Amino acid sequence: MDYFLELFFSGLTRGSIYALIALGYTMVYGIIELINFAHGEVYMIGAFVGLTVAGVLTSFGFPATSIMVMASMAAVVYAAAYGYTLEKIAYRPLRSAPRLSPLISAIGMSIFLQNYVMLSQTSDFLSFPKLTPEFDFLEKYSSTIGSSDFLIITVAAFVMIVLSLFIKFTRMGKAMRATAQNRKMAMLVGVNVDQVISATFVIGSSLAAVGGVLIASHIGQINFFIGFIAGIKAFTAAVLGGIGSIPGAVLGGLILGWTESFCTGYVSSDYEDVFAFALLVIILIFRPSGLLGKAPVQKV
Amino acid sequence: MEGFKKSLLVSLWFMFLVLPIMGVFVDSVEDVVIWRLERVLYVGICTFFLSYVWRFMIRKKEAGNKVDEESGEEQISTYSKILSSPSFYYPLLAGILIFALLFPKLFSMYQVNIMISALIYVVLGLGLNIVVGLAGLLDLGYVAFYAVGAYSYALMNLYWGVNFWVALPVGALLGALCGILLGFPVLRLRGDYLAIVTLGFGEIIRLVLENWGDFTHGPSGIANIPRPDFFGLFTGLSNSIHFMYYLMLVLVMFTIFIVNRLKNSRIGRAWQALREDEIACQAMGIDKVKTKLMAFSLGATWAGLVGVIFAAKTSFINPASFTFLESAIILSIVVLGGMGSILGVILGALVLILLPEYLRAFSEYRMLIFGATMVLVMVFRPQGLIRDVRRKIDINAVKKALGEANE
Repeated sequence: MDYFLELFFSGLTRGSIYALIALGYTMVYGIIELINFAHGEVYMIGAFVGLTVAGVLTSFGFPATSIMVMASMAAVVYAAAYGYTLEKIAYRPLRSAPRLSPLISAIGMSIFLQNYVMLSQTSDFLSFPKLTPEFDFLEKYSSTIGSSDFLIITVAAFVMIVLSLFIKFTRMGKAMRATAQNRKMAMLVGVNVDQVISATFVIGSSLAAVGGVLIASHIGQINFFIGFIAGIKAFTAAVLGGIGSIPGAVLGGLILGWTESFCTGYVSSDYEDVFAFALLVIILIFRPSGLLGKAPVQKV
Repeated sequence: MEGFKKSLLVSLWFMFLVLPIMGVFVDSVEDVVIWRLERVLYVGICTFFLSYVWRFMIRKKEAGNKVDEESGEEQISTYSKILSSPSFYYPLLAGILIFALLFPKLFSMYQVNIMISALIYVVLGLGLNIVVGLAGLLDLGYVAFYAVGAYSYALMNLYWGVNFWVALPVGALLGALCGILLGFPVLRLRGDYLAIVTLGFGEIIRLVLENWGDFTHGPSGIANIPRPDFFGLFTGLSNSIHFMYYLMLVLVMFTIFIVNRLKNSRIGRAWQALREDEIACQAMGIDKVKTKLMAFSLGATWAGLVGVIFAAKTSFINPASFTFLESAIILSIVVLGGMGSILGVILGALVLILLPEYLRAFSEYRMLIFGATMVLVMVFRPQGLIRDVRRKIDINAVKKALGEANE
């Protein structure tokens, strides 16, 4: 039972991270129907910015808590900036192009960003400082769920609640929902669609950066390639829940996290990534619209 | 003045962006922070000028779009007009052929070796061109079929001692089979989903090859794969490389012939119709399932075939040769060359594979340049280096001719 609980919580931790990144995919897809292939790279860049800022601040001798806060803030700001720039350069000029073009451009951007980070920060694994504070909560369970797991789960849950409130109640959130439903109509009633799309990229990227810093400090090392696998998995999560649907992304992330955790725990740890991909293939074959998604209406 | 201010802002923005990644390196082993602010400055200066170019190009592109819209037809560049005229085309072709035949005599073995890899990519590009360029199915796991071919030869040779000539058709067949296996379940998916599933499929194949240690020797790969011999001829390293070269040359010509035929055949037309509009195409009575499966399996056949040759050429394979990046390279060959255009794909392969070899100094930046080119090509020249020119019939001319005949 203890082993089961341990796997359950490690699945929950992974799942929360996947869900955080998946939200970015889902929001972007919901609005412009584009798989932002470079989203995983934004997550990776967020982690790297966190590392650099933490390193610089440590060398200046700042206290641990302020390092944590400032590194995470910087990661979020930079990821948002990268997301914004990405959209401007690689996607905006292709708004009216055939569907294949922005996808290929996204793949190109992803390769570019990976190599940009690799060339400027080496391809080695770099050790990431432990930013999250160690604390003992519920001593009895500390072997099943560590403090950083707890922190990840709470932060992820908090961020998601804030996001859903934002989308539900703010002006920008309403504009985003309107644009997702029908871009032309939204434009007609005076929504600044360009602004909405930029905002979507900014928000999605910042969520990814939160995930990036949390997981990097949890695992303790990063390299330029982490974005690729994380991106694919988060995408799997988004598809699993139904791409375009925000609760779907969360659900998909959690399901994927648990699947991976239990499969590696009970079946084999060699094939960790295979399970995620196999799940993706199976879901797409049997339910291409995902668990909570609506089947797309093809307009002729 | 307006432009100057804009460019200044852009360059400041990019300096801000690259500051933590390029400008600072935290060496956690030595515990020192290395500042490299001069690089940030270089980026700022470069982006300042590049932003002028960027704006100029965007404006030019928009103007071009307008011209297209007004005249109602696509602009065809002068050099593709020249290329299509027979008095220029045939001598050029003959010249290239003679050069290709004499290549091993003229250049060193090192060059021949590079040329063989370039030719391998030409065939791979042409194979993927069937799937992506003609049928419009974005396949990001193409390298999996390549791996299937390579591993089928390596493993059959390892366990049963099968020789190259038997493995060649078997590899192609296995590739086709895998193409159908993958194609069948994913036919219902649309563009982006399809891309992701194929990507997942490619990764699954690679991970299985990596982890199934007992069978595939895992990450350490399979060594000592014999090079092909031809009735005991062409033994020795230099001879066998020359033989390999000619073999590839024949295969490339064969591929060009087949793909060209396919493109203008009934099935090729069906692919292109499917790419343009799936629903209209079905309404015209084209069997979607059959057509898509054909595209998948035919594309995969070439990959399997070349996979066998690749294994024989390097005589060592491991899963690291079959990563997603490899798929991306092949895809960028197709995209950069011009989707659907055979000449374009050949040029794309030669440029993308040969240039980094000759510009050794830049080889580190190879993938960086790849990525950037993919984006830039999509933004400014979505049709690639050479636009696919379709065979057209001018209806007015036909009517006129008919009318004259009737009179």
